Amino acid sequence: MTSEPTGVPAVRGPVHVVGEVLATKRAGAYRHLTIAAPGLPERFRAGNFVAVSVGDGRLARRPLWIHRVKETGAYGPTLDVVVEPRGPGSTWLADLPVGARLPVTGPLGRPFALPREPVSCVLVGEGYAAAPLFPLAARLRERGCPVTLVLAADDEGHLLSALEARRSARSVSVITRDGSVGARGDVPSQVEAVLERADADVVYAAGPTATLAAVAAAAERRGAWSQVALETPMACGTGLCQGCPVPVVAEDGVTRRVRACVDGPVVRGDRVHWGELG
Amino acid sequence: MRWGTVMVASGCGGTGRELAPYADLDGLDLVTRSITLDPRAGGPTPRIAETPSGLVHAVGHQNPGLEHFLATELPWLVRAGVRVHVSVVGATIGEYAELARRLSRAPGVAGLEVNLGAPDQAGEGLFEVREPYHAASVVAAVRREFPADRPVLAKLRPDLSRAVEGARAVHDAGASGVVLGDAVPAAMPDGRPGGLTGPAITPVALRCVHEVTSALPDVEVVGGGGVDGPRTARAFLAAGAVGVQVGTALLHDPTTVARIRAALADDHADDTAGDHAGDTADDREDQR
Repeated sequence: MTSEPTGVPAVRGPVHVVGEVLATKRAGAYRHLTIAAPGLPERFRAGNFVAVSVGDGRLARRPLWIHRVKETGAYGPTLDVVVEPRGPGSTWLADLPVGARLPVTGPLGRPFALPREPVSCVLVGEGYAAAPLFPLAARLRERGCPVTLVLAADDEGHLLSALEARRSARSVSVITRDGSVGARGDVPSQVEAVLERADADVVYAAGPTATLAAVAAAAERRGAWSQVALETPMACGTGLCQGCPVPVVAEDGVTRRVRACVDGPVVRGDRVHWGELG
Repeated sequence: MRWGTVMVASGCGGTGRELAPYADLDGLDLVTRSITLDPRAGGPTPRIAETPSGLVHAVGHQNPGLEHFLATELPWLVRAGVRVHVSVVGATIGEYAELARRLSRAPGVAGLEVNLGAPDQAGEGLFEVREPYHAASVVAAVRREFPADRPVLAKLRPDLSRAVEGARAVHDAGASGVVLGDAVPAAMPDGRPGGLTGPAITPVALRCVHEVTSALPDVEVVGGGGVDGPRTARAFLAAGAVGVQVGTALLHDPTTVARIRAALADDHADDTAGDHAGDTADDREDQR
Protein backbone atom coordinates (compact mmCIF):
# COMPACT_ATOMS: atom_id res chain seq x y z
CA MET A 1 0.00 0.00 0.00
CA THR A 2 1.61 3.26 -1.05
CA SER A 3 0.92 6.37 0.92
CA GLU A 4 -0.76 9.31 -0.76
CA PRO A 5 1.27 12.46 -1.24
CA THR A 6 0.16 15.12 1.19
CA GLY A 7 -2.21 17.73 -0.15
CA VAL A 8 -3.99 15.29 -2.47
CA PRO A 9 -7.66 15.15 -1.51
CA ALA A 10 -8.63 11.77 -0.15
CA VAL A 11 -12.04 11.80 -1.85
CA ARG A 12 -12.07 10.35 -5.32
CA GLY A 13 -13.77 7.71 -7.37
CA PRO A 14 -17.49 7.65 -8.01
CA VAL A 15 -20.19 7.07 -5.42
CA HIS A 16 -23.72 5.69 -5.73
CA VAL A 17 -26.30 7.64 -3.73
CA VAL A 18 -30.00 8.37 -3.71
CA GLY A 19 -30.19 12.04 -4.58
CA GLU A 20 -33.06 14.43 -4.09
CA VAL A 21 -34.36 16.92 -6.63
CA LEU A 22 -34.13 20.31 -4.92
CA ALA A 23 -35.16 22.59 -7.75
CA THR A 24 -36.27 22.40 -11.36
CA LYS A 25 -36.25 25.20 -13.89
CA ARG A 26 -37.41 25.30 -17.46
CA ALA A 27 -35.02 27.08 -19.83
CA GLY A 28 -36.15 27.03 -23.44
CA ALA A 29 -36.39 23.42 -24.60
CA TYR A 30 -34.49 22.16 -21.56
CA ARG A 31 -35.12 21.44 -17.92
CA HIS A 32 -32.41 22.22 -15.39
CA LEU A 33 -32.43 20.00 -12.30
CA THR A 34 -30.61 20.80 -9.08
CA ILE A 35 -29.93 17.58 -7.19
CA ALA A 36 -28.66 17.10 -3.65
CA ALA A 37 -26.18 14.26 -4.04
CA PRO A 38 -23.85 13.87 -1.05
CA GLY A 39 -20.31 12.95 -2.00
CA LEU A 40 -20.51 13.84 -5.68
CA PRO A 41 -19.78 17.58 -5.89
CA GLU A 42 -16.54 17.36 -3.92
CA ARG A 43 -15.25 14.74 -6.37
CA PHE A 44 -16.28 16.61 -9.51
CA ARG A 45 -14.01 17.73 -12.32
CA ALA A 46 -15.22 19.41 -15.51
CA GLY A 47 -16.17 16.81 -18.10
CA ASN A 48 -17.49 14.31 -15.56
CA PHE A 49 -21.03 13.02 -15.85
CA VAL A 50 -23.55 11.22 -13.70
CA ALA A 51 -25.62 8.13 -14.50
CA VAL A 52 -29.16 8.33 -13.18
CA SER A 53 -31.92 5.74 -12.95
CA VAL A 54 -35.31 6.43 -14.47
CA GLY A 55 -38.56 4.81 -13.45
CA ASP A 56 -41.13 2.45 -14.95
CA GLY A 57 -38.95 -0.66 -15.13
CA ARG A 58 -36.38 0.98 -17.38
CA LEU A 59 -33.02 -0.58 -16.65
CA ALA A 60 -30.62 1.43 -18.81
CA ARG A 61 -29.21 4.40 -17.03
CA ARG A 62 -29.21 7.91 -18.41
CA PRO A 63 -25.88 9.72 -18.63
CA LEU A 64 -26.10 13.46 -17.89
CA TRP A 65 -23.31 16.04 -18.03
CA ILE A 66 -22.65 17.80 -14.76
CA HIS A 67 -23.29 21.47 -15.52
CA ARG A 68 -22.46 23.01 -12.17
CA VAL A 69 -21.65 21.95 -8.63
CA LYS A 70 -21.95 23.69 -5.30
CA GLU A 71 -19.96 22.07 -2.54
CA THR A 72 -21.67 24.05 0.17
CA GLY A 73 -25.13 25.52 0.24
CA ALA A 74 -28.26 25.63 2.34
CA TYR A 75 -28.98 22.03 1.26
CA GLY A 76 -25.42 20.73 1.36
CA PRO A 77 -23.52 19.71 -1.78
CA THR A 78 -25.59 19.94 -4.97
CA LEU A 79 -25.13 19.46 -8.69
CA ASP A 80 -26.98 20.75 -11.72
CA VAL A 81 -27.78 18.79 -14.86
CA VAL A 82 -29.53 19.79 -18.08
CA VAL A 83 -32.19 17.47 -19.50
CA GLU A 84 -33.68 17.62 -22.97
CA PRO A 85 -36.92 15.64 -23.03
CA ARG A 86 -36.48 13.59 -26.20
CA GLY A 87 -37.43 10.02 -25.26
CA PRO A 88 -39.36 8.29 -22.47
CA GLY A 89 -36.43 8.35 -20.01
CA SER A 90 -35.46 11.97 -20.48
CA THR A 91 -39.13 13.02 -20.44
CA TRP A 92 -39.56 11.15 -17.15
CA LEU A 93 -36.57 13.03 -15.78
CA ALA A 94 -37.77 16.39 -17.04
CA ASP A 95 -41.13 15.83 -15.35
CA LEU A 96 -39.64 15.04 -11.94
CA PRO A 97 -41.12 17.20 -9.19
CA VAL A 98 -39.14 18.92 -6.48
CA GLY A 99 -38.56 16.44 -3.65
CA ALA A 100 -38.33 13.39 -5.95
CA ARG A 101 -35.65 10.86 -5.08
CA LEU A 102 -33.27 9.80 -7.81
CA PRO A 103 -30.49 7.17 -7.73
CA VAL A 104 -27.34 8.91 -8.94
CA THR A 105 -23.89 7.44 -9.66
CA GLY A 106 -20.91 9.68 -10.21
CA PRO A 107 -18.90 11.61 -10.94
CA LEU A 108 -18.08 9.30 -13.83
CA GLY A 109 -15.64 9.34 -16.72
CA ARG A 110 -12.36 10.95 -17.58
CA PRO A 111 -12.59 14.74 -17.23
CA PHE A 112 -11.11 17.40 -19.50
CA ALA A 113 -7.35 17.70 -19.20
CA LEU A 114 -6.18 21.24 -18.49
CA PRO A 115 -3.17 22.93 -20.07
CA ARG A 116 -0.29 23.79 -17.74
CA GLU A 117 0.42 27.09 -19.48
CA PRO A 118 -2.00 30.00 -19.88
CA VAL A 119 -2.67 29.28 -23.56
CA SER A 120 -5.58 30.40 -25.72
CA CYS A 121 -8.50 27.98 -25.39
CA VAL A 122 -11.56 27.71 -27.62
CA LEU A 123 -14.57 25.83 -26.26
CA VAL A 124 -17.30 24.79 -28.71
CA GLY A 125 -20.56 23.37 -27.38
CA GLU A 126 -23.78 22.49 -29.15
CA GLY A 127 -27.19 22.17 -27.52
CA TYR A 128 -27.48 20.86 -23.95
CA ALA A 129 -24.15 19.09 -24.44
CA ALA A 130 -22.42 22.45 -23.95
CA ALA A 131 -23.19 21.98 -20.22
CA PRO A 132 -19.75 20.66 -19.14
CA LEU A 133 -17.98 23.55 -20.88
CA PHE A 134 -19.24 26.06 -18.31
CA PRO A 135 -17.31 24.63 -15.35
CA LEU A 136 -14.40 23.98 -17.73
CA ALA A 137 -14.32 27.66 -18.68
CA ALA A 138 -14.21 28.61 -15.01
CA ARG A 139 -11.28 26.28 -14.35
CA LEU A 140 -9.38 27.56 -17.39
CA ARG A 141 -9.92 31.15 -16.33
CA GLU A 142 -8.48 30.34 -12.90
CA ARG A 143 -5.37 29.17 -14.73
CA GLY A 144 -5.12 32.39 -16.67
CA CYS A 145 -6.12 30.93 -20.03
CA PRO A 146 -7.97 33.31 -22.35
CA VAL A 147 -11.24 31.48 -23.04
CA THR A 148 -13.38 31.84 -26.15
CA LEU A 149 -16.70 30.02 -25.81
CA VAL A 150 -18.93 29.23 -28.78
CA LEU A 151 -22.48 28.14 -28.04
CA ALA A 152 -24.31 26.55 -30.96
CA ALA A 153 -27.83 25.19 -31.37
CA ASP A 154 -30.62 24.67 -33.87
CA ASP A 155 -32.48 27.67 -32.48
CA GLU A 156 -32.67 29.95 -29.47
CA GLY A 157 -34.68 27.45 -27.42
CA HIS A 158 -31.87 24.90 -27.58
CA LEU A 159 -29.16 27.29 -26.46
CA LEU A 160 -27.63 27.32 -23.00
CA SER A 161 -27.35 30.75 -21.39
CA ALA A 162 -24.80 32.97 -23.11
CA LEU A 163 -25.24 35.46 -20.30
CA GLU A 164 -24.06 32.94 -17.77
CA ALA A 165 -21.22 31.85 -20.02
CA ARG A 166 -19.88 35.41 -19.98
CA ARG A 167 -19.05 35.03 -16.29
CA SER A 168 -16.20 32.68 -17.12
CA ALA A 169 -15.30 33.23 -20.76
CA ARG A 170 -13.57 36.30 -22.10
CA SER A 171 -15.51 36.06 -25.34
CA VAL A 172 -18.79 34.29 -26.01
CA SER A 173 -20.33 33.88 -29.43
CA VAL A 174 -23.54 32.25 -30.49
CA ILE A 175 -24.40 30.31 -33.65
CA THR A 176 -27.91 29.08 -34.53
CA ARG A 177 -28.97 27.14 -37.60
CA ASP A 178 -32.13 29.21 -38.03
CA GLY A 179 -30.42 32.49 -37.20
CA SER A 180 -32.90 33.20 -34.38
CA VAL A 181 -30.04 34.52 -32.28
CA GLY A 182 -26.35 35.10 -32.99
CA ALA A 183 -24.79 34.19 -36.29
CA ARG A 184 -26.76 32.00 -38.69
CA GLY A 185 -25.02 28.74 -39.54
CA ASP A 186 -23.50 25.71 -37.94
CA VAL A 187 -20.29 24.68 -36.23
CA PRO A 188 -18.67 22.87 -39.17
CA SER A 189 -18.97 25.95 -41.40
CA GLN A 190 -17.75 28.45 -38.80
CA VAL A 191 -15.31 26.71 -36.50
CA GLU A 192 -12.28 27.38 -38.69
CA ALA A 193 -12.77 31.13 -38.52
CA VAL A 194 -13.34 31.01 -34.76
CA LEU A 195 -10.11 29.11 -34.16
CA GLU A 196 -8.27 31.55 -36.41
CA ARG A 197 -9.60 34.65 -34.63
CA ALA A 198 -8.80 33.28 -31.18
CA ASP A 199 -5.42 31.95 -32.31
CA ALA A 200 -6.39 28.75 -30.52
CA ASP A 201 -3.76 26.53 -28.96
CA VAL A 202 -6.21 24.15 -27.30
CA VAL A 203 -9.74 23.32 -28.48
CA TYR A 204 -12.47 21.65 -26.43
CA ALA A 205 -15.76 20.47 -27.91
CA ALA A 206 -19.00 18.95 -26.65
CA GLY A 207 -22.01 18.10 -28.78
CA PRO A 208 -23.28 15.70 -31.43
CA THR A 209 -20.75 13.45 -33.17
CA ALA A 210 -20.75 15.41 -36.45
CA THR A 211 -19.94 18.61 -34.57
CA LEU A 212 -17.13 16.97 -32.61
CA ALA A 213 -15.65 15.50 -35.78
CA ALA A 214 -15.69 18.91 -37.49
CA VAL A 215 -14.04 20.64 -34.53
CA ALA A 216 -11.40 17.92 -34.18
CA ALA A 217 -10.58 18.16 -37.89
CA ALA A 218 -10.32 21.97 -37.76
CA ALA A 219 -8.03 21.77 -34.72
CA GLU A 220 -5.88 19.19 -36.46
CA ARG A 221 -5.47 21.44 -39.49
CA ARG A 222 -4.24 24.25 -37.26
CA GLY A 223 -1.96 21.98 -35.28
CA ALA A 224 -3.99 22.72 -32.15
CA TRP A 225 -4.57 20.11 -29.47
CA SER A 226 -8.22 19.02 -29.19
CA GLN A 227 -10.31 17.24 -26.61
CA VAL A 228 -13.87 16.19 -27.31
CA ALA A 229 -16.62 15.08 -24.94
CA LEU A 230 -18.42 12.20 -26.64
CA GLU A 231 -22.19 11.88 -26.60
CA THR A 232 -22.62 8.12 -26.80
CA PRO A 233 -25.63 6.14 -25.60
CA MET A 234 -24.67 4.13 -22.53
CA ALA A 235 -26.49 1.37 -20.70
CA CYS A 236 -24.57 1.59 -17.42
CA GLY A 237 -22.14 4.52 -17.53
CA THR A 238 -19.81 2.72 -15.12
CA GLY A 239 -17.70 0.58 -17.46
CA LEU A 240 -19.45 -2.69 -16.73
CA CYS A 241 -21.42 -3.48 -19.89
CA GLN A 242 -19.27 -2.77 -23.00
CA GLY A 243 -22.26 -1.01 -24.53
CA CYS A 244 -20.55 2.23 -25.57
CA PRO A 245 -17.58 1.30 -27.77
CA VAL A 246 -15.51 4.05 -29.37
CA PRO A 247 -12.93 3.16 -32.03
CA VAL A 248 -9.69 5.01 -31.24
CA VAL A 249 -6.12 4.85 -32.45
CA ALA A 250 -3.93 4.10 -29.45
CA GLU A 251 -0.39 5.41 -28.85
CA ASP A 252 1.00 2.30 -30.54
CA GLY A 253 -0.96 3.00 -33.73
CA VAL A 254 -3.33 0.08 -33.20
CA THR A 255 -7.09 0.68 -33.36
CA ARG A 256 -8.92 -0.33 -30.23
CA ARG A 257 -12.51 -0.07 -29.13
CA VAL A 258 -12.50 1.69 -25.80
CA ARG A 259 -15.48 2.42 -23.59
CA ALA A 260 -16.83 5.96 -23.82
CA CYS A 261 -17.91 5.86 -20.16
CA VAL A 262 -14.63 5.01 -18.42
CA ASP A 263 -11.95 5.52 -21.08
CA GLY A 264 -13.80 8.72 -22.11
CA PRO A 265 -16.13 10.48 -22.41
CA VAL A 266 -13.41 13.07 -22.99
CA VAL A 267 -10.90 11.84 -25.54
CA ARG A 268 -8.33 13.42 -27.84
CA GLY A 269 -10.08 14.46 -31.03
CA ASP A 270 -7.27 13.27 -33.26
CA ARG A 271 -7.49 9.74 -31.83
CA VAL A 272 -11.09 8.97 -32.81
CA HIS A 273 -12.06 7.04 -35.94
CA TRP A 274 -14.95 9.39 -36.65
CA GLY A 275 -16.22 7.51 -39.67
CA GLU A 276 -16.87 4.39 -37.61
CA LEU A 277 -18.57 6.19 -34.75
CA GLY A 278 -21.93 6.66 -36.46
CA MET B 1 -15.81 -23.49 -0.72
CA ARG B 2 -15.67 -23.84 -4.47
CA TRP B 3 -17.66 -20.71 -5.26
CA GLY B 4 -19.59 -18.19 -3.20
CA THR B 5 -23.35 -17.97 -2.79
CA VAL B 6 -23.35 -14.65 -4.65
CA MET B 7 -21.36 -14.24 -7.85
CA VAL B 8 -20.98 -11.44 -10.36
CA ALA B 9 -22.32 -12.76 -13.67
CA SER B 10 -20.18 -12.85 -16.78
CA GLY B 11 -20.23 -9.70 -18.87
CA CYS B 12 -21.70 -7.46 -16.16
CA GLY B 13 -18.64 -6.65 -14.09
CA GLY B 14 -16.47 -4.92 -16.70
CA THR B 15 -12.88 -6.00 -16.08
CA GLY B 16 -13.72 -6.26 -12.37
CA ARG B 17 -11.83 -3.09 -11.53
CA GLU B 18 -14.84 -0.89 -12.30
CA LEU B 19 -16.78 -2.51 -9.44
CA ALA B 20 -14.22 -1.43 -6.85
CA PRO B 21 -16.04 1.80 -5.85
CA TYR B 22 -19.26 -0.11 -5.18
CA ALA B 23 -18.30 -3.46 -3.66
CA ASP B 24 -15.59 -4.96 -1.50
CA LEU B 25 -13.58 -6.93 -4.04
CA ASP B 26 -11.75 -8.97 -1.43
CA GLY B 27 -13.35 -12.40 -1.49
CA LEU B 28 -15.84 -11.47 -4.20
CA ASP B 29 -16.67 -14.23 -6.68
CA LEU B 30 -16.47 -12.67 -10.12
CA VAL B 31 -17.09 -14.42 -13.40
CA THR B 32 -15.15 -12.52 -16.06
CA ARG B 33 -16.63 -11.52 -19.38
CA SER B 34 -16.11 -14.40 -21.78
CA ILE B 35 -12.51 -14.68 -22.89
CA THR B 36 -11.53 -16.05 -26.30
CA LEU B 37 -8.08 -17.18 -27.42
CA ASP B 38 -7.69 -14.22 -29.76
CA PRO B 39 -8.94 -10.67 -29.16
CA ARG B 40 -12.46 -9.89 -30.36
CA ALA B 41 -13.54 -6.40 -31.36
CA GLY B 42 -17.20 -7.11 -30.63
CA GLY B 43 -20.27 -6.21 -32.65
CA PRO B 44 -21.57 -2.96 -34.10
CA THR B 45 -23.58 -0.38 -32.17
CA PRO B 46 -26.16 -0.12 -30.80
CA ARG B 47 -25.22 -3.03 -28.62
CA ILE B 48 -27.79 -2.71 -25.89
CA ALA B 49 -31.49 -1.93 -26.16
CA GLU B 50 -33.98 -1.26 -23.42
CA THR B 51 -37.16 -3.30 -23.20
CA PRO B 52 -39.73 -3.43 -20.37
CA SER B 53 -37.89 -4.68 -17.24
CA GLY B 54 -35.10 -5.99 -19.40
CA LEU B 55 -32.16 -5.28 -21.65
CA VAL B 56 -31.45 -6.93 -24.99
CA HIS B 57 -27.76 -7.00 -25.72
CA ALA B 58 -25.56 -7.94 -28.64
CA VAL B 59 -22.06 -7.06 -27.50
CA GLY B 60 -20.42 -9.77 -29.57
CA HIS B 61 -17.99 -10.98 -26.89
CA GLN B 62 -15.65 -8.01 -27.10
CA ASN B 63 -12.58 -9.02 -25.10
CA PRO B 64 -8.82 -8.51 -25.31
CA GLY B 65 -8.00 -12.20 -25.83
CA LEU B 66 -6.38 -14.66 -23.43
CA GLU B 67 -2.83 -13.26 -23.69
CA HIS B 68 -3.77 -9.75 -22.66
CA PHE B 69 -6.17 -11.01 -20.00
CA LEU B 70 -3.44 -13.12 -18.40
CA ALA B 71 -0.90 -10.32 -18.59
CA THR B 72 -2.95 -7.45 -17.22
CA GLU B 73 -6.47 -8.10 -15.96
CA LEU B 74 -5.98 -11.36 -14.06
CA PRO B 75 -3.01 -10.24 -11.95
CA TRP B 76 -4.86 -7.07 -10.90
CA LEU B 77 -7.93 -9.05 -9.84
CA VAL B 78 -5.86 -11.60 -7.94
CA ARG B 79 -4.01 -8.82 -6.10
CA ALA B 80 -7.36 -7.28 -5.17
CA GLY B 81 -8.42 -10.56 -3.59
CA VAL B 82 -11.11 -11.36 -6.17
CA ARG B 83 -12.01 -15.02 -6.57
CA VAL B 84 -11.72 -15.12 -10.35
CA HIS B 85 -13.85 -17.51 -12.36
CA VAL B 86 -12.86 -17.14 -15.98
CA SER B 87 -15.65 -17.48 -18.52
CA VAL B 88 -14.39 -19.16 -21.66
CA VAL B 89 -15.90 -19.34 -25.12
CA GLY B 90 -14.47 -20.67 -28.35
CA ALA B 91 -15.01 -21.51 -32.00
CA THR B 92 -14.01 -25.16 -31.62
CA ILE B 93 -13.72 -27.75 -28.90
CA GLY B 94 -9.98 -27.44 -29.37
CA GLU B 95 -10.12 -23.75 -28.51
CA TYR B 96 -12.08 -24.42 -25.34
CA ALA B 97 -9.51 -27.04 -24.36
CA GLU B 98 -6.61 -24.71 -25.12
CA LEU B 99 -8.18 -21.96 -23.00
CA ALA B 100 -8.67 -24.39 -20.11
CA ARG B 101 -5.14 -25.73 -20.41
CA ARG B 102 -3.51 -22.30 -20.30
CA LEU B 103 -5.80 -21.02 -17.56
CA SER B 104 -5.02 -24.10 -15.46
CA ARG B 105 -1.43 -22.85 -15.25
CA ALA B 106 -2.26 -19.20 -14.55
CA PRO B 107 -1.84 -18.33 -10.89
CA GLY B 108 -4.96 -17.22 -9.09
CA VAL B 109 -7.71 -18.67 -11.27
CA ALA B 110 -10.35 -19.93 -8.84
CA GLY B 111 -12.37 -21.73 -11.48
CA LEU B 112 -13.81 -21.68 -14.97
CA GLU B 113 -17.25 -21.09 -16.37
CA VAL B 114 -17.94 -22.60 -19.76
CA ASN B 115 -20.12 -20.27 -21.81
CA LEU B 116 -22.63 -22.53 -23.57
CA GLY B 117 -25.52 -20.10 -23.78
CA ALA B 118 -24.43 -17.36 -26.18
CA PRO B 119 -27.59 -16.32 -28.01
CA ASP B 120 -25.98 -16.16 -31.46
CA GLN B 121 -23.37 -18.90 -31.60
CA ALA B 122 -23.41 -19.40 -35.36
CA GLY B 123 -23.41 -15.67 -36.17
CA GLU B 124 -20.45 -15.06 -33.90
CA GLY B 125 -18.45 -17.96 -35.22
CA LEU B 126 -18.69 -19.84 -31.91
CA PHE B 127 -18.95 -23.57 -31.47
CA GLU B 128 -22.63 -24.55 -31.77
CA VAL B 129 -23.87 -26.17 -28.59
CA ARG B 130 -27.56 -26.29 -29.34
CA GLU B 131 -27.58 -30.01 -28.62
CA PRO B 132 -26.82 -31.11 -25.04
CA TYR B 133 -24.50 -33.70 -26.57
CA HIS B 134 -22.33 -30.92 -28.00
CA ALA B 135 -22.38 -28.96 -24.76
CA ALA B 136 -21.24 -32.08 -22.93
CA SER B 137 -18.34 -32.54 -25.37
CA VAL B 138 -17.16 -29.02 -24.65
CA VAL B 139 -17.41 -29.48 -20.87
CA ALA B 140 -15.55 -32.80 -21.04
CA ALA B 141 -12.75 -31.19 -23.06
CA VAL B 142 -12.44 -28.33 -20.56
CA ARG B 143 -12.63 -30.64 -17.55
CA ARG B 144 -9.80 -32.80 -18.91
CA GLU B 145 -7.47 -29.79 -19.03
CA PHE B 146 -8.39 -28.16 -15.74
CA PRO B 147 -7.38 -29.43 -12.28
CA ALA B 148 -10.07 -31.53 -10.64
CA ASP B 149 -9.84 -29.61 -7.35
CA ARG B 150 -11.06 -26.40 -8.97
CA PRO B 151 -14.62 -25.94 -10.22
CA VAL B 152 -15.81 -25.84 -13.81
CA LEU B 153 -19.28 -24.34 -14.09
CA ALA B 154 -21.38 -24.86 -17.20
CA LYS B 155 -23.64 -21.94 -18.10
CA LEU B 156 -26.74 -22.86 -20.09
CA ARG B 157 -29.62 -20.92 -21.55
CA PRO B 158 -32.80 -20.95 -19.50
CA ASP B 159 -34.50 -23.09 -22.14
CA LEU B 160 -37.16 -25.06 -20.29
CA SER B 161 -37.61 -27.71 -22.97
CA ARG B 162 -33.92 -28.69 -22.79
CA ALA B 163 -32.91 -27.59 -19.27
CA VAL B 164 -32.99 -30.97 -17.50
CA GLU B 165 -31.46 -32.81 -20.43
CA GLY B 166 -28.75 -30.16 -20.81
CA ALA B 167 -27.94 -30.05 -17.11
CA ARG B 168 -27.68 -33.86 -16.93
CA ALA B 169 -25.40 -33.95 -19.97
CA VAL B 170 -22.93 -31.35 -18.69
CA HIS B 171 -23.02 -32.81 -15.17
CA ASP B 172 -22.19 -36.25 -16.50
CA ALA B 173 -19.39 -34.66 -18.57
CA GLY B 174 -17.79 -33.40 -15.38
CA ALA B 175 -19.22 -29.96 -14.71
CA SER B 176 -18.99 -29.06 -11.01
CA GLY B 177 -22.20 -27.07 -11.26
CA VAL B 178 -24.71 -25.72 -13.75
CA VAL B 179 -25.53 -22.04 -14.13
CA LEU B 180 -29.13 -21.37 -15.17
CA GLY B 181 -29.28 -19.29 -16.85
CA ASP B 182 -27.82 -17.21 -19.49
CA ALA B 183 -29.71 -14.65 -21.57
CA VAL B 184 -32.90 -15.68 -23.34
CA PRO B 185 -32.32 -15.56 -27.11
CA ALA B 186 -34.10 -12.48 -28.42
CA ALA B 187 -34.03 -9.89 -31.17
CA MET B 188 -32.53 -6.44 -31.07
CA PRO B 189 -34.94 -3.73 -32.31
CA ASP B 190 -33.28 -3.89 -35.74
CA GLY B 191 -33.63 -7.68 -35.90
CA ARG B 192 -30.08 -8.70 -35.07
CA PRO B 193 -29.79 -11.66 -32.68
CA GLY B 194 -29.32 -10.69 -29.06
CA GLY B 195 -29.98 -11.91 -25.56
CA LEU B 196 -32.68 -10.74 -23.16
CA THR B 197 -31.74 -10.35 -19.49
CA GLY B 198 -33.08 -8.62 -16.41
CA PRO B 199 -36.21 -9.05 -14.26
CA ALA B 200 -38.20 -9.80 -17.43
CA ILE B 201 -36.68 -13.30 -17.49
CA THR B 202 -36.72 -14.08 -13.76
CA PRO B 203 -39.85 -16.26 -13.83
CA VAL B 204 -38.46 -18.25 -16.76
CA ALA B 205 -35.10 -18.81 -15.07
CA LEU B 206 -36.78 -19.73 -11.77
CA ARG B 207 -38.85 -22.38 -13.52
CA CYS B 208 -35.74 -23.85 -15.15
CA VAL B 209 -33.86 -23.92 -11.84
CA HIS B 210 -36.80 -25.58 -10.14
CA GLU B 211 -37.18 -28.24 -12.84
CA VAL B 212 -33.49 -29.12 -12.80
CA THR B 213 -33.09 -29.21 -9.02
CA SER B 214 -36.24 -31.36 -8.75
CA ALA B 215 -35.23 -33.79 -11.46
CA LEU B 216 -31.51 -33.89 -10.68
CA PRO B 217 -31.00 -33.45 -6.93
CA ASP B 218 -27.31 -34.33 -7.27
CA VAL B 219 -26.61 -31.40 -9.59
CA GLU B 220 -25.54 -28.14 -8.00
CA VAL B 221 -27.33 -25.27 -9.70
CA VAL B 222 -26.40 -21.60 -9.61
CA GLY B 223 -29.41 -19.47 -10.45
CA GLY B 224 -29.43 -16.28 -12.43
CA GLY B 225 -31.76 -14.08 -14.45
CA GLY B 226 -32.87 -10.71 -13.15
CA VAL B 227 -31.42 -11.10 -9.66
CA ASP B 228 -31.79 -7.49 -8.51
CA GLY B 229 -31.96 -7.71 -4.73
CA PRO B 230 -32.12 -10.02 -1.73
CA ARG B 231 -35.70 -11.03 -2.52
CA THR B 232 -34.98 -12.46 -5.98
CA ALA B 233 -31.76 -14.02 -4.71
CA ARG B 234 -33.73 -15.81 -1.98
CA ALA B 235 -36.30 -16.93 -4.57
CA PHE B 236 -33.58 -18.72 -6.56
CA LEU B 237 -32.22 -20.30 -3.38
CA ALA B 238 -35.74 -21.39 -2.44
CA ALA B 239 -36.04 -23.02 -5.89
CA GLY B 240 -33.09 -25.20 -4.97
CA ALA B 241 -30.13 -23.19 -6.25
CA VAL B 242 -26.92 -23.28 -4.20
CA GLY B 243 -25.98 -19.77 -5.30
CA VAL B 244 -26.96 -16.88 -7.51
CA GLN B 245 -25.34 -14.75 -10.16
CA VAL B 246 -25.99 -11.02 -10.32
CA GLY B 247 -25.76 -9.48 -13.77
CA THR B 248 -27.94 -6.90 -15.41
CA ALA B 249 -28.91 -5.33 -12.08
CA LEU B 250 -25.31 -4.15 -11.70
CA LEU B 251 -25.67 -2.02 -14.80
CA HIS B 252 -28.64 -0.32 -13.16
CA ASP B 253 -27.24 -0.18 -9.63
CA PRO B 254 -23.58 -1.16 -9.22
CA THR B 255 -24.03 -1.66 -5.47
CA THR B 256 -26.47 -4.57 -6.00
CA VAL B 257 -23.97 -7.36 -5.42
CA ALA B 258 -22.74 -5.82 -2.17
CA ARG B 259 -26.31 -5.38 -0.92
CA ILE B 260 -27.25 -8.99 -1.69
CA ARG B 261 -24.10 -10.36 -0.09
CA ALA B 262 -24.79 -8.36 3.07
CA ALA B 263 -28.44 -9.42 3.21
CA LEU B 264 -27.69 -13.12 2.67
CA ALA B 265 -24.92 -12.99 5.27
CA ASP B 266 -27.51 -11.60 7.71
CA ASP B 267 -29.87 -14.46 6.81
CA HIS B 268 -27.08 -16.88 7.51
CA ALA B 269 -26.36 -15.24 10.87
CA ASP B 270 -30.05 -15.46 11.72
CA ASP B 271 -30.14 -19.13 10.71
CA THR B 272 -27.16 -19.87 12.87
CA ALA B 273 -28.84 -18.16 15.80
CA GLY B 274 -31.94 -20.26 15.17
CA ASP B 275 -33.99 -17.12 14.64
CA HIS B 276 -34.71 -16.61 10.96
CA ALA B 277 -36.13 -13.17 10.55
CA GLY B 278 -37.76 -14.09 7.24
CA ASP B 279 -39.22 -10.97 5.70
CA THR B 280 -36.92 -8.03 5.56
CA ALA B 281 -37.93 -4.50 4.69
CA ASP B 282 -36.67 -5.26 1.20
CA ASP B 283 -39.04 -8.22 0.82
CA ARG B 284 -42.03 -6.32 1.99
CA GLU B 285 -41.37 -3.26 -0.12
CA ASP B 286 -40.90 -5.28 -3.29
CA GLN B 287 -44.46 -6.55 -3.03
CA ARG B 288 -46.04 -3.14 -2.80
